[in-house]
Amino acid sequence: MTEKQHIMIKGVKEGLVFLLDDKCEFAVLLDELQYKLEKTHQQLLTGPLVHVHVKLGTRQLGDNDKERIKSVIRSQGNLMVQSIESSSALLGGANAAPAGPHVITGIIRSGQTVEHDGDLLLAGDVNPGGTILCSGDIYVMGALRGVAHAGVNGRTDVIIAASLMRPTQLRIADVISRPPEEWMSGDATMEFAYLYEGSMQIDKMTQLFRLRNNPIKV
Amino acid sequence: MGEAIVVTSGKGGVGKTTTSANLGTALALLGKKVCMVDTDIGLRNLDVVMGLENRIIYDLIDVAEGRCRLNQALIKDKRFEELYMLPAAQTKDKQDVSPEQVRDMVLELKKDFDYVIIDCPAGIEHGFRNAIAGADRAIVVTTPENAAVRDADRVIGLLEKEQLPSKIIINRIRQNMVKNGEMLDIDEICQVLAVDLVGIVPDDEKVIKSANSGEPTVMDPSSRAAIAYRNIARRILGDMVPLMLLDEKAGAFKRFRKFLGIG
Repeated sequence: MTEKQHIMIKGVKEGLVFLLDDKCEFAVLLDELQYKLEKTHQQLLTGPLVHVHVKLGTRQLGDNDKERIKSVIRSQGNLMVQSIESSSALLGGANAAPAGPHVITGIIRSGQTVEHDGDLLLAGDVNPGGTILCSGDIYVMGALRGVAHAGVNGRTDVIIAASLMRPTQLRIADVISRPPEEWMSGDATMEFAYLYEGSMQIDKMTQLFRLRNNPIKV
Repeated sequence: MGEAIVVTSGKGGVGKTTTSANLGTALALLGKKVCMVDTDIGLRNLDVVMGLENRIIYDLIDVAEGRCRLNQALIKDKRFEELYMLPAAQTKDKQDVSPEQVRDMVLELKKDFDYVIIDCPAGIEHGFRNAIAGADRAIVVTTPENAAVRDADRVIGLLEKEQLPSKIIINRIRQNMVKNGEMLDIDEICQVLAVDLVGIVPDDEKVIKSANSGEPTVMDPSSRAAIAYRNIARRILGDMVPLMLLDEKAGAFKRFRKFLGIG
């Protein structure tokens, strides 16, 4: 297709790493990615679920463009995108958060699941039977009545915040908690859940600064 | 070109068929040309509730498999000139008809009727997909129970995915239980489901009685459920009708009905 290869695919223990050239045009990159997946690398596309880490080099991409890369890779059945990283982001640490939470709008209804890598802000409700999974913080601007799982990859310093905290279940990292009756404060203030010494705590949003100024290492 | 409305719920036993029968009849009562379609193949009920069981000659599967024309399978109601129904088959299975076939039938019916009311089976499987295939909008029936609201929520989510606008009916409300906090109240349900409410129907024993006698409740203006269904039919036609007040005593209720100009 092109004389120069812009994409290298390496196998590592956790799955596959896609190394994307950071000098060429983005459109060229997308075309080549599609071509590779569909035409030349079909042996990747059979067999069990494979986790994919995409490394962008020094290229910086917006969420839209990242989503385009994800959708090209995801369209191939068994490939699951785990991360998309630029090397400059890597400088900030392995779990460097993007510049702000990803914002989505709508109601997560019974039977629906939203997954996100990073922090997530939902403008809307999570209904009973709905699930929200997130590697970072979860902020629900609305009623949280379903299941929220923050820190799905094991981070314990994340929080779950909701304008109306009425969850069926809260999970942070691998701690699972069912809300006991006393959680139901009944007031309409925004609350958040966090881990303190390995157990789930709930507090008013105004208290968050204490946690985030002196991060609790569990 | 008419409009096709699917009556669905997810959960069984909340009153889809009763609602379909009563809405269809109420719309006919208001002078509209209506066809009701039963898509609950294998467990057909709509004909029983309408009291038309003994008039069935052909059914939906016969139409799908080309044994008869669509017009031949339609049964004319015994009360109204312009109320028809297309019965489901009792012997076959939901898989024996495809969503595309149902959609074609509904499209065909929409040419001749003002409203096509589609009675959906319980569940969210093949039968559900059949029922929603030809619909322009949906009415989701729920009751003030957690399980029913949960299922309604799931169904609304699925309908949103198909880009079908949906509204809810809350059926079988028992005002004394709501007052005592033993039953979910209307506001609570609307808050969770976050879609428009098209009507509330009080629990009424007359509904069971009339379903058994094959006479839609809506025909009996002394029943409160009948008034509720008539109100819903008027809202479907675009009238502004205030929600029924549930906790009024009989005297006040009569006054209220008078105020609405019915009864």
